[in-house]
Amino acid sequence: MTRARIFVVAGAFILLEILCRLGIIDRVTMIPPSEMLVALWQLIAGGRFDGDIAFTAYNIVAAFVLAVVGGFVIGGLLHASPRLRHVVEPLLSAYYAVPTFVFYPLLIVAFGVGRAPLIVIGAIFGIVVMIVHTMQGLDHVPPAVNKSAAMMKLGGIRRYVLVMVPAATPHLVSGIKLAVAYSVIGVVAGEFILATQGIGKRISFAYDNFDNRTMYGLLLLLLIVVTCVNAGLSTWEKRLHRRFGLR
Amino acid sequence: MIPRRLDPILLMVAVLALWQGLELIAGPEVVASPAVTIVHAIALVQKSGFWQDAAETGLAFALASVISIAGGLLLGLWLGLHRFAGDVADPILGSLYSIPKITLYPLILLIFGLGMSAKVAFGVIHGVLPIAIFSMNAVRGVPPIHLKTARMLRMSKLSIAITILAPAALPEIVAGIRVGVALTLLGTLIGELFAATTGIGFALIRATDVHDVADILALTLMLFLFAASINSLLHFGERRMRHER
Repeated sequence: MTRARIFVVAGAFILLEILCRLGIIDRVTMIPPSEMLVALWQLIAGGRFDGDIAFTAYNIVAAFVLAVVGGFVIGGLLHASPRLRHVVEPLLSAYYAVPTFVFYPLLIVAFGVGRAPLIVIGAIFGIVVMIVHTMQGLDHVPPAVNKSAAMMKLGGIRRYVLVMVPAATPHLVSGIKLAVAYSVIGVVAGEFILATQGIGKRISFAYDNFDNRTMYGLLLLLLIVVTCVNAGLSTWEKRLHRRFGLR
Repeated sequence: MIPRRLDPILLMVAVLALWQGLELIAGPEVVASPAVTIVHAIALVQKSGFWQDAAETGLAFALASVISIAGGLLLGLWLGLHRFAGDVADPILGSLYSIPKITLYPLILLIFGLGMSAKVAFGVIHGVLPIAIFSMNAVRGVPPIHLKTARMLRMSKLSIAITILAPAALPEIVAGIRVGVALTLLGTLIGELFAATTGIGFALIRATDVHDVADILALTLMLFLFAASINSLLHFGERRMRHER
């Protein structure tokens, strides 16, 4: 199975390489995958983009932390008050149908060009998925667990922290996984639209200047990092789900 | 206590209050007040330029949806019926789905150029994968005993598809289409923000460039209403589908 999978992925790359080398896909559109790898290596070894990579990484981490902590707290509060939850539910379910980036220009006006609007757009993009998953996780705490908490006379915060949250872990991890993806999208998209530095800014700058080696090198870097982080989180998520007897 | 029926109104009042509050804190050059935005939106609806943009966006969205649904269903059903191919493709589709597609925008632009085809392509790369994944899982979830019975009855492939697979897998496929169409809309709009010369997304970018806050918010409001109504329409369809069974 794994062999077949490697075969499929490698085959796709080889096909792409051949199409590019034969000139069926011209160089202005795409450079061969092998050259992308070389370009990626040169970008990293040359250190020309270290500042941008650090800038983007910092923003993503900050946005992610804000989204996860904020989403967790808000999700907990909404779970605790069903009435409020019923009121905001439609807003939460329609949230991702709207491209949040449309608020980015307003954020630039409010915060100025720099880190702040990027972090905020990443955070407001990721926070809702965390809210939804926190509520789902708390909903799915088995009644038996709740009863034993009541039996041990755990009340309020202690019950929440010691019993409910651990029981909700699998859902929380799913939320965290999605929050990572959403913060990356928010921050990078913001950098595409308007920023002074960052990977997204460098990619769009390279695109504007037909500098395909830089563009594809950075794209590849971004995709590799995101895919690895995602694969790691997925494995963790699957293991937790199995341990908690979920599918 | 206010009755639950009034919750949507409560939500609207809360959102408007929050919005007005933001305007008071940040100032009218950052956020236009709800009243100004709504007046502007009404003025916008009366202009013909707006409807041209809306028609462009609608056309791109419709094309992208049709391609996403057709492609996603074909791929998903095929992978669902072929166990080995499905097992091989499952994690590959999963990781493709999790790629932030927005990073691919330079690639899409280089391939399709600026304009309608790039918008549609952007919509499709967002929408096709969830539809494929949901329909693959839907077909795989059909109890094997049903298929065995069908084989025992020597049913043809076509009648298996119509009488067994379709009814068993339909609710989940519809769920996939709902997610996929919502993402297609998102993708199309993002495509317009980056790569268009017409459409609502482009109007939004134009408003941003000249920093017309009322225009930005009015367009955003329209987009929100449009997206939210598509979303609830699809939810409604899905729920009916599930009830009928």
